[in-house]
Amino acid sequence: MGLMEREDVAVFEQVIALLEPFRKADSAITRETDISQDLKLDSLAVMDLMMELEEKFDVTIPLNLVAEIRSVGDLAEAIRRR
Amino acid sequence: MGLFDRFASVEQAHTEVKARVDDPFGVRMDRMLSATEAIIGNRPTILVGTNNYLGLTFDPACIEAAHKALDAYGTGTTGSRIANGSYAPHRDLETALADFYGRQHCMVFTTGYQANLGIISTLAGPQDFLLIDADSHASIYDACRLGTATVVRFKHNDAEDLDKRLRRLADEPGNKVVVTEGIYSMLGDQAPLKEMAEVKRKHGAWMVLDEAHSMGVLGPTGRGLAEELGVEADMDFIVGTFSKSLGAVGGFCVSDHPQFDLLRVVCRPYMFTASLPPSVIASATEALRQVRKRPELRTQLWDNVATLYNGFARHGFALGPQMGPVVAIKLPSPDLAVGFWRALLDQGVYVNLALPPATPQGTALLRCSVCAAHSRLQLDKVVALTAEIGRELGVIGTEGLRAAG
Repeated sequence: MGLMEREDVAVFEQVIALLEPFRKADSAITRETDISQDLKLDSLAVMDLMMELEEKFDVTIPLNLVAEIRSVGDLAEAIRRR
Repeated sequence: MGLFDRFASVEQAHTEVKARVDDPFGVRMDRMLSATEAIIGNRPTILVGTNNYLGLTFDPACIEAAHKALDAYGTGTTGSRIANGSYAPHRDLETALADFYGRQHCMVFTTGYQANLGIISTLAGPQDFLLIDADSHASIYDACRLGTATVVRFKHNDAEDLDKRLRRLADEPGNKVVVTEGIYSMLGDQAPLKEMAEVKRKHGAWMVLDEAHSMGVLGPTGRGLAEELGVEADMDFIVGTFSKSLGAVGGFCVSDHPQFDLLRVVCRPYMFTASLPPSVIASATEALRQVRKRPELRTQLWDNVATLYNGFARHGFALGPQMGPVVAIKLPSPDLAVGFWRALLDQGVYVNLALPPATPQGTALLRCSVCAAHSRLQLDKVVALTAEIGRELGVIGTEGLRAAG
């Protein structure tokens, strides 16, 4: 596995861990999981989650980008890019 | 795909609430008896859920001013501020507000919402950054969406977090515009403005302060939190509203920026909307005069604030961190909050029901607001009824009163 891929997996795994409390029973969290539809998160909770992730990864995720983040994969990618 | 499909979860939540109680978002004030009492259904109801902090909505002088303006100027301007909608009263109110705040310039908007929408979306451009408090009002979030700047949230009332985020942006050439509120509308807590002013100065950022809930309420002359904490010099733009202490509707922004008036021809929520009816401008103008001339309104308000806040605290309710005209009772679940809200209304007390996602951190709140015109009798009754229902619903214990913590 290359460095980029290893980093990607590391970020993704940490994101999944943070999303665990919002996981609906009987479904695993994958890259395709839709954050607002498949997880128990309303719009404010999504933004609060973003702030937690910003804190954890010491990055800034502009609110403008948050609007385009739909899936868990999108989220992991947005963090990795910063 | 149905047109409203994406609102399915909201629709479901709302339906569930309506199945239990009459729609809490559809309450109808059938008759207004005074600033503090209304008839809802057939029931005389004490109003503890308005933003009528100084009780000026039924002030005789304010009403008289509105009458005179109706006779002199008619029912409405039917035009925008940049076309035919700037009457003498509009200009005069701008002068009066600028004078009140000791600033060079003032713009009056048709609503406070539009004042935020317009100022915040226009001040910061595509290369710039807007830094907003996490608990910002919807009008501030909407302004960010409407604008072209990059938007960054900082932790609620956290000057250190603001500092951290400004530091991260230090290498970016664009302007940084920080937006904060004086008093937050849900929990009624105040911004740590001294610390934030220091941070803002350190990083050479601009600051927009929304004194919607603090104007007429804080400060020796009622200018708001910035006056109260002595940091007015650091506030580059102050936004306010006529719909709370001034008892009407409308918004404004004051500033000393030499190019401020340029906003009149580039700020869309100012330009592309009809201006306020002269009668509204007139009552707001008179209300402003009273804020300046009658400091006892403020004293009376804070007296009443203490009665309500301490009353709730003594019974063991979980409240917001600071005393203020907004007094929020935190409840453990939305379900309980709905039931509590309904029980209060059935007993003749109207408060605001605040549920996620409109509330910070997914809390459910009974949001009460205090009015200078509330009587001691009314407030004592509200406290007693709230305690009674609180005990019935198991929100507070039955051990009786305990000392305020």
